[in-house]
Amino acid sequence: MATSIKNLPDNEQVLSGNGACGGCPATMALRMVGKALGPNAIMLLTPSCSVASMGMTPKLGYNWPCINVCFATAGSSASGITHALEIMQEKGRLKGELPTVFCWVGDGGTYDIGFQALSAAAERNDNMIFFCYNNEAYSNTGVQRSGATPRGSFTTTTPRGKRQPKKNMALLMLEHHIPYVATATVAYPGDLYDKVVKAKSIEGLKYIEILAPCYLGWQFDMPETVQMSRMAVRCGAWLLWEAENGKITFNNPTSAIISGKKAPEPVNDYLFKQGRFKRLLQGPDADERIAEIQGDIDREIAFMRERAKIVI
Amino acid sequence: MKAAQVIMETGNQAAALAVKYARVDVVPGYPITPQTSIMEAIAAMVERGELHARFIPVEGEHSAMAAAVAASAAGARVFTATSANGLLYMHEVLHMAAGGRLPVVMVNVNRGIFAPWTLWADHQDSFSQRDTGWMQFHCSSNQEVFNTILQAYRVAEQINIPIMVNYDGFAVSHCLMPLTLPPQEDIDRFLPPYEPEWRLDPAHPSSFSNVTNAPEYAPFRQMLSEDILAAIPLVKQAAREYQEITGMWDGDTIDTYRLEDAEVVAFAINSMAAELRLTIDTLRDQGIKAGLLRPRLVVPFPAEDIIAALPPNAQVMVLDRNYNFGHPGGILAAELKSALFGRRNDITVKNRVMGIGGLDLSHRFMAAEILAMMEDNA
Repeated sequence: MATSIKNLPDNEQVLSGNGACGGCPATMALRMVGKALGPNAIMLLTPSCSVASMGMTPKLGYNWPCINVCFATAGSSASGITHALEIMQEKGRLKGELPTVFCWVGDGGTYDIGFQALSAAAERNDNMIFFCYNNEAYSNTGVQRSGATPRGSFTTTTPRGKRQPKKNMALLMLEHHIPYVATATVAYPGDLYDKVVKAKSIEGLKYIEILAPCYLGWQFDMPETVQMSRMAVRCGAWLLWEAENGKITFNNPTSAIISGKKAPEPVNDYLFKQGRFKRLLQGPDADERIAEIQGDIDREIAFMRERAKIVI
Repeated sequence: MKAAQVIMETGNQAAALAVKYARVDVVPGYPITPQTSIMEAIAAMVERGELHARFIPVEGEHSAMAAAVAASAAGARVFTATSANGLLYMHEVLHMAAGGRLPVVMVNVNRGIFAPWTLWADHQDSFSQRDTGWMQFHCSSNQEVFNTILQAYRVAEQINIPIMVNYDGFAVSHCLMPLTLPPQEDIDRFLPPYEPEWRLDPAHPSSFSNVTNAPEYAPFRQMLSEDILAAIPLVKQAAREYQEITGMWDGDTIDTYRLEDAEVVAFAINSMAAELRLTIDTLRDQGIKAGLLRPRLVVPFPAEDIIAALPPNAQVMVLDRNYNFGHPGGILAAELKSALFGRRNDITVKNRVMGIGGLDLSHRFMAAEILAMMEDNA
């Protein structure tokens, strides 16, 4: 059982008063992450919504030392910091428990421009937690397509809907042989909290990806962030799982979908709630396009079900 | 007291040894010809326990500089090295190092840049990073490489500006020359451990390099511009104190040879300036009052020292190993003319580009070039 939201610690690392949109899922998720990490951490950010909302110099809405780095470099920058802290401790220049080094990066800085540096940091297994808050587009620059944008989704650079499926980034990270990979989303805060607590206790590179439904990019009503997040999981468009040392475990309610105890909800309700699929759904080939999206979801469920059986 | 040790080593080994003497903490590295053997030597020293540091084998130069910058922000003394396109690939992160006021020290082994590919030396790579806010030294010998890296750490950490130490691929990087290694205790006296005024520290949550509005941004940039110039006295002080401790001297901001009464002055950097000493002797033997002025420090440009050192009415022959695209000639000449304008109207500046992509620069060739330039009244 995941920790109940009622039992989360009281500490707040996300301070009140910042520039995020109402209902911002990234800020919501960061608040949960902060409760799990506590204050002894160093945060790296690349250009993204969480930078735009953290406050302008000299103000800061996050209660950690925060370094903004070049867009493509979250992985390598965190490697630099984690090695620096470790060697300074070895040489006696730092005392006490070392801070947790973590990257807080959007899907652009993870899937696309930041992929190379992240992949290399993972292959080296440098000690950090890499969080991807995935809002499935470049939301900060006004919603352009990313490698995480699902097929059919409207963005300003896919005006007729994206033609390609998204990458399975978490699985790509798993195949780097890192000790911990997890997916999460804001509708399941206890699940997210537990995963961060677990990641914090593990040496090496930990990758946690958080689906972050963005009202602006996805075009739904601002108060419905959590509901969208829940619908994504229930229809199987987002799968909750974690892998310790390569062994995949599914978390509720995804585990019920994977085991066949419960059928995923049809994708239609999820799609119709979102303006980003509106043009596709109103087109003459709507049924065909919806079937494509359902096909992508079914394929991922089937693939992950089989992949989880491989334990070597 | 321990005596200095003299060995035969390449320029790249001299650089790696300087990193060891500087007791560097973190070295992210990525190979590129002709720099590679520096990274190999450092990786080996770390593996053997001769250098208590972390070597991070990153996947490219952009990440090498990113890791160096971030490790520096965490409070470590850092080093990396590169050449040519590796340096160009670092470009945006070089700006972050300088704008972030992080005292990273890096070696750039000068090599011509793509396209087309070349492996051999010219100075287009470092000059194309002139406006990143880094200070740049240019060295002409293995010993000077060793000495300058140690002086660079001293200066960089005093004024929080990153420093690039440049020298030519192959002519210096791969050539064996005698190298004097001072006792480690002497270097420890010259270069104390790095104690940053500020670092990423959870006890003091604050943002670093976050977004600014113009009223914050503009003063940051102005401070950097002013502080680069303010580094010149620190460069001189470091060279003097290094000499007092080790007995070695390569010049401070500039190095000169037979300059005092010179009527014709060769003006060049790096290994070609070492070769030019032979050229000067040849020209003197022919009755030409020739001398050499070699800037060691290229960014900031040591204008005052050059203005003070040039003899009256000298003809200065600037031998550039780079192009200043959009202008005839090279970038050193443009820098020199800019420094002299309105200050030394007695000086004539002539300029030729040579040695591009490793074209051989023998002392005879450069003597012939200087003689031809003397005839050139265009």
